Amino acid sequence: MRKDFDFGVVDEILSHHPANELSTIAVLQDIQEHYHYLPEEIFPRVAKALGVGEARLYGVATFYENFSLEPKGRYVIRCCDGTACHVRGSLPILSKLREQLGLSEEKKTTDDLLFTVETVSCLGACGLAPVLTVNGTVHAAMTPEKALDVLRALKEDIAKEENSHA
Amino acid sequence: MHKLSSRAELTAFRAVCKNAFQCEKTKILVCGGTGCVAGGSLDIYARLQELLSAHNIPVEVELADEPHGDVVGMKKSGCHGFCEMGPLVRIEPQGWLYTKVKVEDCEEIVERTVIGGENIERLAYKQNDCVYPRQEDIPFYKKQTRMVLQSCGHINSTSIRDYLALDGYTALEKCLFELSPEEIVQEVSLSNLRGRGGGGFLTGRKWASCAAQKETPKYIVCNGDEGDPGAFMDRSIMEGDPHRLLEGMIIAGLAIGSDQGYIYVRAEYPLAVERLRIAIRQAEELGILGDSILGTGRGFHIHINRGAGAFVCGEGSALTASIEGKRGMPRVKPPRTVEHGLFNKPTNLNNVETYANVPMIINRGASWYKSIGPENSPGTKAFALTGTILNTGLIEVPMGTTLREVIFDIGGGMRGGTRFKAVQIGGPSGGCLTEKDLDIPLDFDSLAKVGAMIGSGGLVVMDEKTCMVEVARFFMNFTQNESCGKCVPCREGTKRMLGILERITEGKGEDGDIESLEELADTISNTALCGLGKTAPSPVISTIQNFRGEYEAHIYHKRCPACQCTKLKVFSIDADMCKGCSKCARNCPVGAISGKIKSPFVIDQSKCIKCGACISNCAFGAVREEA
Repeated sequence: MRKDFDFGVVDEILSHHPANELSTIAVLQDIQEHYHYLPEEIFPRVAKALGVGEARLYGVATFYENFSLEPKGRYVIRCCDGTACHVRGSLPILSKLREQLGLSEEKKTTDDLLFTVETVSCLGACGLAPVLTVNGTVHAAMTPEKALDVLRALKEDIAKEENSHA
Repeated sequence: MHKLSSRAELTAFRAVCKNAFQCEKTKILVCGGTGCVAGGSLDIYARLQELLSAHNIPVEVELADEPHGDVVGMKKSGCHGFCEMGPLVRIEPQGWLYTKVKVEDCEEIVERTVIGGENIERLAYKQNDCVYPRQEDIPFYKKQTRMVLQSCGHINSTSIRDYLALDGYTALEKCLFELSPEEIVQEVSLSNLRGRGGGGFLTGRKWASCAAQKETPKYIVCNGDEGDPGAFMDRSIMEGDPHRLLEGMIIAGLAIGSDQGYIYVRAEYPLAVERLRIAIRQAEELGILGDSILGTGRGFHIHINRGAGAFVCGEGSALTASIEGKRGMPRVKPPRTVEHGLFNKPTNLNNVETYANVPMIINRGASWYKSIGPENSPGTKAFALTGTILNTGLIEVPMGTTLREVIFDIGGGMRGGTRFKAVQIGGPSGGCLTEKDLDIPLDFDSLAKVGAMIGSGGLVVMDEKTCMVEVARFFMNFTQNESCGKCVPCREGTKRMLGILERITEGKGEDGDIESLEELADTISNTALCGLGKTAPSPVISTIQNFRGEYEAHIYHKRCPACQCTKLKVFSIDADMCKGCSKCARNCPVGAISGKIKSPFVIDQSKCIKCGACISNCAFGAVREEA
């Protein structure tokens, strides 16, 4: 655990919610939105502020699929594997993306913390199946090839950004 | 805008909205549903606005208090349901629908349609060489009866004025000023409205028993945790016509004697959350929500809770636990939610579509409502029609419509001329129906007779290329993942069932597997704690019943009749087509392919791991896969 963790963001988020158990999920969601995961340092702070036990808070954080205790990549690619996407071929898309990024069902994030590939049960965009989202933006009617195009475009963005910093 | 503090003020304000709505001679409705937004509809909306102002055409986004002559109404509407053809743009008053619109088409739309008043044929929908300029003539829409979704796609989904212009909040008005709480409950009871969330419980009975509870406060909760994969009816209502849901909830509050409402929305629906927040704010500003609705002294407040990705939270007691900030796990019932629900207080829990039905029942009466569809299961039902079908999208039909009408008339039959095999109804809790069931009317009772259920209304159509064992494995994988782990039958039982199904699809099935599946299914459905667990085996049981032969082919002959299970495929190289380039051999991860350059290569079946790398690497299409 980092000793020098800056609690500014967490305190700011806590100040927007009533200080009780009812706010648990909303607070964790806001924290995750900022950090893209739940850093372990936040648990004692949030538990104390909301008046719940740390164990209980940890229980909530591990129960819900949306919360992650591991840092996620800058680009979170969520491949929909809902029924409609599944019967229209979402699995080949998922395998292609994983293969390309060297990821698997267990290893979801690349070591350089750029990409996370995960599945989602249903995005409710079944009319456009199969779909995937990149940081929330929906890409419709995917094929393995089109998914690779999406990935290529993201990599180009990253390269461009690095060049402009260099 | 100041708060409306009496019935007369609301009526007057509604008249202003109606007048402004009618003054918009031309309306351009750009679909702002999740599907069309993904296709770029927001860029189209912006571009159209830009072009209209460049042509000096007065545009109105929000209905004005005092409209000046002819204006073009630009509206970001809710989902039209025909997501497949999106982005969609509807033109009124002609009722034209433009499909697959691109930003580049906007100029032509403004010049030819808005200014010239003519239809652009190339953007109209076509099916079997027939052009359908008008939305209502398209076969996909023609056979539908859109009541709950009536305004979805026809009004600006972020405007309370648009909702009021189409007689919004008149039912609330009636409930506030003309009906007693008992009369509201009675009207809903008489209508025979049944809960649209899955079980089909009588809504009126639930309301009555919640109203009868002595303990206070009471809560009104709306289940918008539409977790069934392949279902998006509730999403469309929340995104496209959020005020209809709010109106239904406020009426429930008046009927039951509650002043606090909670809407629990899936985290995967950010747009729905945004639209609901806007709608709640607008209603509060107008005094339709708040401490004293329209100055009556009766109050109602609505809160939004975002889910965090747990399918089980669609179950009543898990949902209320989640709102309380706990792990969303179901508890043993009774006591039921109406007695001990949210914060252990009496709670009325209905789903989005159920509440959205309420305003029209109040407005038009229970006997009118009962005249639609079968008497014991009246009204309409929205279905999400997806899968390997020609027209996918959101549809609404009267209860009692047959599957054949839905799949072949509205859905346009199978995509790419393949053969219909089965339709999965009711998601992971439902079953599959086959050709012989096509004439079964879609209503709660008829479906229960054949072991299926409407569930929340997902209809996933599958063609002959779909492997039913794999479908069963898919659903079991889903429920296994989503099992909360509280009770043993669901936690362990689904794991065992999934294990067996995985073995079967990998060609390692054994004699007795089908019987084990049946036995496990029986135990789980009889002993699991909640609905999720109890119904988890349904897809397996119904596929065994209808497609036992497919299971047997996998287990005893190690072949997949639909040629979908990769591990059961046999890869071979067609000697006549192989040029002997060696690319497949170089890309084979296990060195199973060998041969001499410029002569046909061969795959060693004992080494092959069926990864398919040879197929994707062969430039000549010489690698074959067979079941």
